[in-house]
Amino acid sequence: MIGAYFFITMIRYDCFSSIGLEFSTSSSRVGDHTVNYVALKMLFGDRAKYLMLLCGLTFAVMLIVQQGSIFWGLMMWSQASITNLNVPIWVTDPGIAQVDEVKPLADTAVDRVRSVDGVEWAVPLYKGLLRARLATGEYHQITLTGLESATLIGRPAEVLEGRFEDILQPDAVVLDQWAVERMGGPTVVRVGTIFELNDKLARVVAIAKTQKSFTNIPVVYTTYERAMRYVPHERRILSYVLAKHKDGVPVEDVVQRIRTQTGLGAFTQEDFGFKTYMWVLVNTGIGINFGTTILLGFIVGMAIAGQTFYLFTIENLRQFGALKAMGASSFTLSRMILLQAFTVGLTGYGIGIGFATVFGFLTARGGNLPFAETWQLLLLVLVALLAICLVSASVSIIKLARLEPAIVFR
Amino acid sequence: MNDNSQPAAVRARGIVKSFGSGDTQITVLKGIDLDIYLGELLLLVGESGGGKTTLLSAIAGILDINEGNIDVLGVPLSALPANKRTRFRGQTMGFIYQQFNLLPALTAAENVAVPLLIQKVGRAEALRRARVMLNRVGLADRTEFLPKNLSGGQQQRVAIARALVNEPRLLICDEPTAALDGPNGQKIMELLREVGRSPDRCVIVVTHDSRIFHFGDRMANLTDGRIVNIEQISQEGTA
Repeated sequence: MIGAYFFITMIRYDCFSSIGLEFSTSSSRVGDHTVNYVALKMLFGDRAKYLMLLCGLTFAVMLIVQQGSIFWGLMMWSQASITNLNVPIWVTDPGIAQVDEVKPLADTAVDRVRSVDGVEWAVPLYKGLLRARLATGEYHQITLTGLESATLIGRPAEVLEGRFEDILQPDAVVLDQWAVERMGGPTVVRVGTIFELNDKLARVVAIAKTQKSFTNIPVVYTTYERAMRYVPHERRILSYVLAKHKDGVPVEDVVQRIRTQTGLGAFTQEDFGFKTYMWVLVNTGIGINFGTTILLGFIVGMAIAGQTFYLFTIENLRQFGALKAMGASSFTLSRMILLQAFTVGLTGYGIGIGFATVFGFLTARGGNLPFAETWQLLLLVLVALLAICLVSASVSIIKLARLEPAIVFR
Repeated sequence: MNDNSQPAAVRARGIVKSFGSGDTQITVLKGIDLDIYLGELLLLVGESGGGKTTLLSAIAGILDINEGNIDVLGVPLSALPANKRTRFRGQTMGFIYQQFNLLPALTAAENVAVPLLIQKVGRAEALRRARVMLNRVGLADRTEFLPKNLSGGQQQRVAIARALVNEPRLLICDEPTAALDGPNGQKIMELLREVGRSPDRCVIVVTHDSRIFHFGDRMANLTDGRIVNIEQISQEGTA
């Protein structure tokens, strides 16, 4: 939108002049607005220079937004196991580090949580790794997710094929779309396909749509009770307790009560997600590697933006000198430079975001690549770009302030 | 032609200007005394590097001097703070440069309007006056042309129109004919002489071009940072 606005501005100031209409349309604006007109004409007038400048800024913004969105998309993937289940409270082992590092609980944990004041309901969840053996003999590692059969709380919101409720049938499981993809595609795995989990039959009754996870291990849903049959016997099987606070009771209060009264770990969905992606950031090297890439992209992008605009001003120094000799004050010239900087900066910002969004739309369509373009990232880039425009304009302004207009006589 | 009975538009006394410092310091102006009167066109001549452009810049108030005083139209220019000097310059002076210094993105009319825009004249009014001025310099049919589409002589005429549009009392010209061929140079000088003959205006022209000497009223010779002589130029064009 911003880019479009400034493009329109450019067209108004540039193209109208070619048909001689620009001055017949306005007569009342006086003062510095008229000098603003000169500033914009100087900016848009030399198309080659302007487009070069715009390209630099657009590239810088696109680079930062694209890298930042991919990074944030990856972070979103790291929480997929949490967001796909979409429940308000997760009760865990008190020493839990992240969602995929399951530390089993005693079966009594469910009832203990249910007994906490302010808890509306609490259900068990199994989550663990198993190997699936297909009819072809191939093995695939899967994440088995066991949902409480009475409520199926934690089921995916969208089902692509079949009926999720059929999970209650004997040996029934539901796969997510990534499981189908990883296990050989729809010709190998589809509704009706039978495979083995720990030498026990599993029959696919539905395909659900979920957000891709960080590890991209296929997810197989079944009931909690059936999950107990699939997994090898252990003293503790319960992975998590999923819970909800009563209406009118703040979720944070209930979380705190669960911690205090049960001695277990308890988190809101958001806090557990944050804990997980912080763990990923700190422990996987993604933080440093990707952070470095983003930082470099940011520095390179901003350096390109700043330097390009600075060079633009330097190349126009003689013109500014002429204006100064004709009586333009340093304040007026500063306003002109700031106007030019912010105009081209915001235009580049709009176009850069447009390109980054198109990139995201084309490459991340269907959730195959991590790409999360958030308003916070766009705001951050906007602030950074405006800051760099301000800095480069300030450097130019300082140079201009020191400029002796006598340059025009040389 | 001036007979020195007119009041001085520019009164320069003891002007010294140096560049650099220490061993590398060069003194370009070494104590200049000069009066320029209303109603005259003064030619400033002399060898290259003699300080002509530096003196011109000092008189225009766009170059700080180290010593001396410059009064322009009764105002002690060298004593004014920078912002007031800039405003004074915009209101009272016009400039014509060897390289024209037109803004390439602006049409001829827009270029001419720039000094008025700087003086906060409304855009439509500035453009109207700019077109009138372009008509005066014979470019009525080129008002919407960009500088790149004008010949050198036409560009200089646009520059002259720009210098005159806010009716300056002091017109400062640096080698205005250097980039022009003979006939175009003569036409430009005719225009400048017409301006210089106005009783409330004066024109200073720095030049090396001996073909235009006869357009001046007086000719000051600046050599090695000093005015070595000032000559009255006869109506027949000989000094």
